[in-house]
Amino acid sequence: MTIRQKGAKEKKRMTDIESNNYWQKKQNLDKKGLKFFSQIIFYDWCKACGICIAFCPKKVFDRSEDGKPVIQRPDDCIGCGFCELHCPDFAITIKERYPDRRRREND
Amino acid sequence: MPEKVERLRHDYLRHDKKFPHVWCPGCGNGIVLGALIRAIDSLKLEKDELVLASGIGCAGRMPVYVDFNTLHTTHGRALTFATGIKLANPSLNVLTVMGDGDATAIGGNHFIHAARRNLDLTAIIINNQIYGMTGGQYSPTTPYGSKAATAAYGHIEHAFSIAELAVTAGASFVARGTVYHVPLLDKLIAQGISKKGFSVIEIISNCHIQYGRRNKMGDPVTMMQGFKDRAVTVEKAATLSAEELHDRITIGVLTDVDKPNYTEELQKIRDIAKDKS
Repeated sequence: MTIRQKGAKEKKRMTDIESNNYWQKKQNLDKKGLKFFSQIIFYDWCKACGICIAFCPKKVFDRSEDGKPVIQRPDDCIGCGFCELHCPDFAITIKERYPDRRRREND
Repeated sequence: MPEKVERLRHDYLRHDKKFPHVWCPGCGNGIVLGALIRAIDSLKLEKDELVLASGIGCAGRMPVYVDFNTLHTTHGRALTFATGIKLANPSLNVLTVMGDGDATAIGGNHFIHAARRNLDLTAIIINNQIYGMTGGQYSPTTPYGSKAATAAYGHIEHAFSIAELAVTAGASFVARGTVYHVPLLDKLIAQGISKKGFSVIEIISNCHIQYGRRNKMGDPVTMMQGFKDRAVTVEKAATLSAEELHDRITIGVLTDVDKPNYTEELQKIRDIAKDKS
C-alpha cells in the first residue's frame, strides 16, 4: 500500500517537471523560431562511407567503432538535408520534430 | 521535402532486389540514382512512359534497382538500343545511363552519332575517370599523369572532355554536374529529360577504390571535398582565364539550343511518303 502511494507521488512530481520543461521549451521555440529535426538512420543499408559524418555542417553525427554514424547532437540539426541527399545508400531520413505536439499526445 | 524523399524510395526502388546495392561504400552512383529518382518525380512522369537503358559497367547496374521499363544491354550499346526504342515508340521518354568508358570508348561512335542526329534521348554519363568494375584500367577520361592499373608510372594520354565533345557533336542540351552538387544535379536531369532533342548530362563521380586509392585520395570524403573545391559555375568560368581554369570542373548548363530533332523529322518524312503513295 505504502509503496504504491510513493510511486504515485513520484509520478505526479515527474509530470510537473515535464510540464514546466514543456512550457519553457514552447516559449523558447516561439521566441527564437527554433526548429527541431529527428534523424533516422537505417543501419541495415548503411555501408559506413562517412560522407554524412564529414560533411554535416553542425557535426550531428559521431563515428562509431564500425564507422557508421551515431546521432550525438540531434538538437543541433538544422535540417539542411545534405546527408539525406548525399547518402549513396538511401540510409538516412531527416524529419521535422515537434516536441510540443509529442508531449500533448502523451498527456 | 524530407518526408517526400522517404516516399520516393518506396515508390521508385524495386523492393524485390537485394538492398543495399552492389556499389562500393560512398560510390557516387548511388547519389546519381537518388538524383534521377527525384528529377523524374519532379516532372510527374508515369513509370510506364519511361525507359531506362544502360550498358555495362558499374553504372550499368542502375536500371536493376528502379521500377521503370528497364533494359540492361551490351557494352557501349545503350544508345543504340535506346535509338531503337525511341523510333519504335516515339511517345516514350527514353533515358540512358552510361559510364565514361561505356559512352566514350566502346560506345564512342554511337555517342557522337546520336548527338549528331539529335535524337530525343537523355544520356546520363557518370564520369568516374577510370574503368572501375574491371579493375582500374585507364579510360578515355583518365587525366594526364594520373595513375591507373595499366598506367603504373602515370598516364601518358590526354583526357576527353565528354561535355565539350557532345557540344561539338551537336547535342541540343549539354550540362555538367558533380556528385557533390546534388540539388543542381536534380535540376539538370529534370531539364535534360524535358528537353526535346539529344541531351547529355555529364556527372563527375568518385571512384575512390580504383582511382582514388592509386592517386593518394583514397576515401569518398576527400574526393567529394575535391569536387567542391575544384568546381566553378559556368557564369564564373566565363570571367576566368584559361590558366585559372586548369584542373577545374565547370558545372552548369553548357549549351541549350533548339533545333529540329530526328524523331519529328522522321515523322514528317513518313507523312510525305504516305501522301505520295
